[in-house]
Order: sequence, then structure tokens, then C-alpha cells
Amino acid sequence: MRLRKRQRMAVLVLALIGIGTATALTLTAFEDNLVFFHAPTDVIAKAVPAERRFRLGGLVEEGSVQRQADGVTVTFRVTDTVTSLPVRYTGVLPDLFREGQGVVAEGSLREGVFVAREVLARHDENYMPKEVADALKAAGQFKPEPPALPRERP
Amino acid sequence: MIAELGHYALILALFVAVVQSMLPLMGAARRDATLMAVAPSAANAQLLCCGIAFAALTYAYVTSDFSVANVYQNSHTDKPMLYKVSGVWGNHEGSLILWVVTMALFGAAVGWFGAALTPSLRARVIGVQGLVAIGFLLFILFTSNPFERLSPAPIQGEGLNPLLQDPGLAFHPPMLYLGYVGFSLTFSFAIAGLLEGRLDAAWARWVRPWVLAAWAFLTAGIALGSWWAYYELGWGGWWFWDPVENASFMPWLLGTALLHSAIVVEKRDALKRWTVLLAILTFALSLLGTFLVRSGILTSVHSFAVDPTRGMFVLLLLAAVVGGGLALYAWRAPTLEPGGLFQPISREGGLVLNNLLLTTATATVFLGTLYPLFLEVVGGGRVSVGPPYFNATFIPLMVPLVAAMAVGPLLAWKRADIKGALQRLWAVVAVTVGGSLAVLWLDRGGPVLAPLGIAMALWLILGTLVEVAERIALFKAPMSTSLRRLVNLPRAAVGLTLGHVGCGLAILGMTGSLWTTEVIRAMRPGDVQQLAGYDIRFDGVEERRGANFLSEQGTFTVMRDNAVVWVLKPEKRRFDSPPMVTTEAAIKSRLFYDLYLVLGEPDRREGARAASDRWGVRMYHEPMVPFIWLGAVVMVIGGLVSLSDRRFRIGAPTRRAVPAGTATGAPAE
Repeated sequence: MRLRKRQRMAVLVLALIGIGTATALTLTAFEDNLVFFHAPTDVIAKAVPAERRFRLGGLVEEGSVQRQADGVTVTFRVTDTVTSLPVRYTGVLPDLFREGQGVVAEGSLREGVFVAREVLARHDENYMPKEVADALKAAGQFKPEPPALPRERP
Repeated sequence: MIAELGHYALILALFVAVVQSMLPLMGAARRDATLMAVAPSAANAQLLCCGIAFAALTYAYVTSDFSVANVYQNSHTDKPMLYKVSGVWGNHEGSLILWVVTMALFGAAVGWFGAALTPSLRARVIGVQGLVAIGFLLFILFTSNPFERLSPAPIQGEGLNPLLQDPGLAFHPPMLYLGYVGFSLTFSFAIAGLLEGRLDAAWARWVRPWVLAAWAFLTAGIALGSWWAYYELGWGGWWFWDPVENASFMPWLLGTALLHSAIVVEKRDALKRWTVLLAILTFALSLLGTFLVRSGILTSVHSFAVDPTRGMFVLLLLAAVVGGGLALYAWRAPTLEPGGLFQPISREGGLVLNNLLLTTATATVFLGTLYPLFLEVVGGGRVSVGPPYFNATFIPLMVPLVAAMAVGPLLAWKRADIKGALQRLWAVVAVTVGGSLAVLWLDRGGPVLAPLGIAMALWLILGTLVEVAERIALFKAPMSTSLRRLVNLPRAAVGLTLGHVGCGLAILGMTGSLWTTEVIRAMRPGDVQQLAGYDIRFDGVEERRGANFLSEQGTFTVMRDNAVVWVLKPEKRRFDSPPMVTTEAAIKSRLFYDLYLVLGEPDRREGARAASDRWGVRMYHEPMVPFIWLGAVVMVIGGLVSLSDRRFRIGAPTRRAVPAGTATGAPAE
């Protein structure tokens, strides 16, 4: 029976080391890598510090999309219908990016402009990011579209 | 009429499932042979019913019967036949039909090939499979009936989401589901084993092929999904640590652990309780994956519109399976006999380490995937957990795992000599250290992870090959002897080698993608861009009409030293129905790199003449990326080769009660 006990101890110690390492890794990783979601109104109200990475969501303001001289930089405004925030993005926009539609972008603030590193794509024209829907609801402007015939991921 | 027949068959399937679960389970409890004998026939009837339902839906799709709401929403007469058929499972309702039909198939297979199982174990496995089927059939009939009619019937369908009209994604869901559903069978085996109160080597030998099959399918499914994301989305990436991707990756990680711990049960009769627990949790994660994808509660880059009420049902199903399974485990597991002993340094010890690391890795992925949900529920705001988190937690756990992967196969069962094993690997150590130092030197200031990744890949691939070389006495015996030994290696050993080498190749590919070069710029026709030694000339864009889309096709001439090498034609397609734009990247795949071109938006600013149109263009040079898919293919082949091992075909070792020689029949297809 001594062998069984020793064996158990070995497994237990290994497991504890494993869990300990994982916890340590997770906690350190969480500290820097949580990306918060904000609607434009939150960004102003909470005074999000510059250089802090976050996700900005809302609707692409009608008539705000402008292509810059270099041909690949795009500026537009994201609005939750109460406040709007200017966004700059260098790169090719996702196929379903359109004025008046919901959008989520990830990046950080630089001198009052949200510099997006990524504009998240959607795979479905009926899809409205949940965060955006909630942000619009919070602004009291959300008219739930009839989700009559949703199309889905298999 | 055909649709109603399908609906009727589904309802019938539900009743058959009730019979399939209740009678055999009762029979096994009362040791009533007549009741237990119902199991195989009930499983066959179940397969027949589900098969009819599946065939009926397929018929509706093939004939474009738009009076069926599901067909109307997901099909179109102009769609190529392949996508009419794949449209059957390219949507929520149809994919569930595929789920139940595969589940019925696996249940019936236990009946066909399980003649050597003890009657009560077989009855219980089929019974539990029936119980899970009841849950899914209720789910289909009450929340997602694919046979609902529309009146009046529309003339034309809405068409399938163009992103799904793709060969990669036509087969991605069935593969994934074969994997998930395969784990439903190992779950049934675990529960049946707990009910029996007896788990031994014979049990493990029956479970192993199913774990192998499920694992191989899941690997193929994940690889196809990742490949699809790589070439269809046009972002140049192949893995985004997105919730939807993690949802299929978690069961894979735990399934891999199960694959290895089941070996210990089979060979050494140890780790039984742990293996049963893994089997339960792996299936739970498969269900959780389905729940995460179906409910749409997590924001994903792969988001499609979803219906939350369905998520609720899957959550209930998940609670029943996990709750029931774990309760039974808590009650019955202590009664299982403890198995063989082993020293910490041994083959078993190595496999335990594998299990600990894989489980921990699963836990960190789980935490990162579900934390946003948790924080939202407790009102902590909306967050997302991105790739940096996963890279920071997952990679450090994979390093020791890969380090152990090369050593483990060299260790003996029970008690091993680690020094001896490492001595046999000295050459590999030298090459690995040399290789990573070379990378460090050649790529000064490059990605920090690159030398580490290269070291891991070299260590794993070469270490695994050393193990084979020793087995066949390469260079120690005459070549002909070595060759003969190679041919006669047990298939399971070949599977091990292929699986581990495949993993090493995939690591090589993932590491290579650290050196990806990206160029984003606007180009006028005639402009030339340099990328990784190539000159890429943009020749212009022309319109082209496809089967059900209009395409803007760019032409790029790729030149090296002023000689034309390739002409690449990336496209933007505007589909007629539903009206959606998709990006078709042009990818030139070489063994050691991909050249990847994406056509973006035209820069049509006011006042600009059409002829001077500039187009946004993205170009990637992705070194080693083809190795990722190559590695996955090798892993899947490894799984299949291992599945064909002789001992699975001959059957399980006979149990004490059964006379020797009666054990025939194979558990796997």
C-alpha cells in the first residue's frame, strides 16, 4: 500500500503544480488582456484612458464613411444615436461593413480618435452584434428588427 | 407528403428511442435477457426512422420544395447541387437531423459489432445512447422542426449564406458532428460501465476505437473549419481564439486526453475512474460547444444570427447530461476496483502528465471562453478575452506537453528509466538546440516565440522518428530486416508515430506563420508591389458572371527576376440571393509558403475618374502555413491507421465469464 500512497502523492503534487501554474498564468494573462466593450456614450462618460485597448460598438453613421488619400485608410463615425465617435482604420473593411449598420471595432483612443486595429466581421447580413443591440437599447433607440428568418451557422 | 413522412418518422424515432432506452436498461438491471435483447433491434429501428427523416429532408432540398420553410430559408434553385445537398445540414434544424442520424448510426453499430460485449453492457450502452437521443429528438420536435410548411409556398428560396457555399464548409459540420456524436458513444460506454460497476481492460478495448474515430473526425472537422476561415474570410489568419472555434477545440483537447488515458486502462487496468470522468466531461464539452454556437450568447467573429430560446433547451440538455453523469459518477465510481500500480517515471506516468497538462489547458481555454459570459451575468460589464490571453496561458502549457511527447513513447510500462530514454535522444537534443540557436541567430529581432516553436517541432518530430528507428533497428540490422519490421509494426504504433509527427508538423506551420508579412495598400492598374522576393503587378479588374453571383475579378501578375511566375485572380463576389458580398482570396500554395492576395474595395472618391480607380489590396506571404493542414491530415491518417489495428478487429480480450474463442467481431467501422 505504500507504493499506492506514494503514487497518489506524486499525481496529487503534479496536479497541484499544474493547477497552480495555470492559475498563475491565467491571472497574469487576464490582467492585461481583458478587452472591455463600450458604446460611444460610455467612452465619453467613463473617460476611457488613451492607449487602453477596448471594443467600440454602435452603428456606422450615415454619410460619415470617407476614404483618405492613401486609398486604404478609412474614417467614419460610430454612433449609439446619442453620441458619436470618430474612428480611423487602415486596412480592408469586412464585406458586410455598411453605413447605417451595426459594427464592432477593436482598438484604442488617440487624441480623441478611435484608432481601430480590427473591424470585426459578420458572416450574416441579419446579424446584429448583441453588444450593439444592447448599447442601442440603453440609448433608447433600438427597434428590434423582425428576426423572422434567421440564417445560421451549421 | 414526403416532408410529412419525414416529420412522422421523427416522431416515431422519439418513441423508438424511449423503447431503446427503457427496456434494455430495465432488462440489464433485472438481468432479464429478453428485455436486453430488445436493444439491438431498437437501435436498428431508430436508425431506420432517423434515416427516413434525413432522406426526406434531403429530398426536399434536392427537389427545391419551397413549401418547406427550412428549404425556403436556406436554398435556391440556382444553387449548385453540392450546396443543395450540403444545405441540408448547413442550417440549425437540418444539422440536428444529421446529429440524430449519426447518433442512431453509432448506436446501431454497437448492436452490429458488439456481439462480444457482455449482453448487459451492450444493452446499457445502447440504452444510454437512446436516452441522449430522446433529449435531441424532443429538442428537434419542440423547438426546431425542419419539416414546417409554408402556405402559400414561395416560388423561390432565399438561398444559402454565400460564405457557406464552399467545399470546405460543406464538409466541416458533418465532420465536427461525427466527432461530437462519437463522444456521445464514449459517454454511453462510461455511463454503462458505471451502471455495471465494472470497468476493465475489455471495456477500454471497446471504448478505444470509438474515441479514436471521434477524435479523428473532430480533428478533421476543426482543420477544415480553420482552413475555411483561412481562405474564405480573407484575413490571412487561420485561428482566432474565437469562442466558436474554442467551442470545438475544448472537446478536442479533452478527447485527446481521453484517447491517451484509455490506453492506460486497456494496457494496465489503471486510471479507470479518471477515464470515465474524462469520457463524461468530453461529451459535456461537445454539448457545451453546441450550446455556445447555437445560443449566440457569446460574441464571435464567426457570428451568425441565432435564436436564444434554443440555447435554453441545449442548456437544459447539458445540465441533464452533466448533472446526471456526474451524480452517477459520484455514486458509483468509488465502487470501482482500483487498478494496476506504477511508478511516476513510467509510460503510465507520462500519460498521466499528458492528461494533467491537456486538462489544465482545457480549463484555461474554458475560462477564457466563458469568463465574458460570467462577468456579464454578475454585472461586471462587457468584455472580450482575446488571443493574447490564450497565447499567454495555452502556449506555456503546451511546451512541457510537447517535451514529454517525444520522451513518453520511449518509456517502459510500470517503471522506466528516464536517463536511458534521454540518452537515446541525445542526437535529437543536439539538433533541437542547434536548430533553435540557428533560428535565433538568423532571425535576430524577430518574433520571440519562433525559436521556441521550431525547437518544439524539431524535438517532437525527430524524437518520434527516433522511437520508430529503434523499433525497427534502423542502421543496426540489415536494411531488409528494418524494412520488414517497419511493415510489420503494429498499426497502433504506426498511428502513434503519425499522430505525433502530424502534431509536430502542425506546430512547425503555426510557428512559421509568426513570420507572416502583410502589405496593405491601394493599387492602380500597372502598380507593382514587392513582397518576399516577388514583384506583384496589378493588371486591373474585370466583371465576370458566375452561376449565382456577379464577380469583380482582379488580375495580378507575380514575377520573380522579371520573369512571370504566376497569374493570381482574387475576387469579390456579389451573390444574387441572399444579396451578400464575399471575398475570394487568391492563394498560391507552395510547400513552404503561401502567397495570399485579397482584393478590397475600390477607392471611388467623388470626382475621381473610373479609369483611375484605385483598389485596396492586401497581400500576405505566409511561410510554412501549408504545414498546418498537412499536419492535421497526418494526424487524422494516424488516427485511422490506429483504428485499423489488428486487436480491435479481432475483438476484446475475453472476460472471465466468457469462454475463449467466442470473442469475435469488430467494434469500429
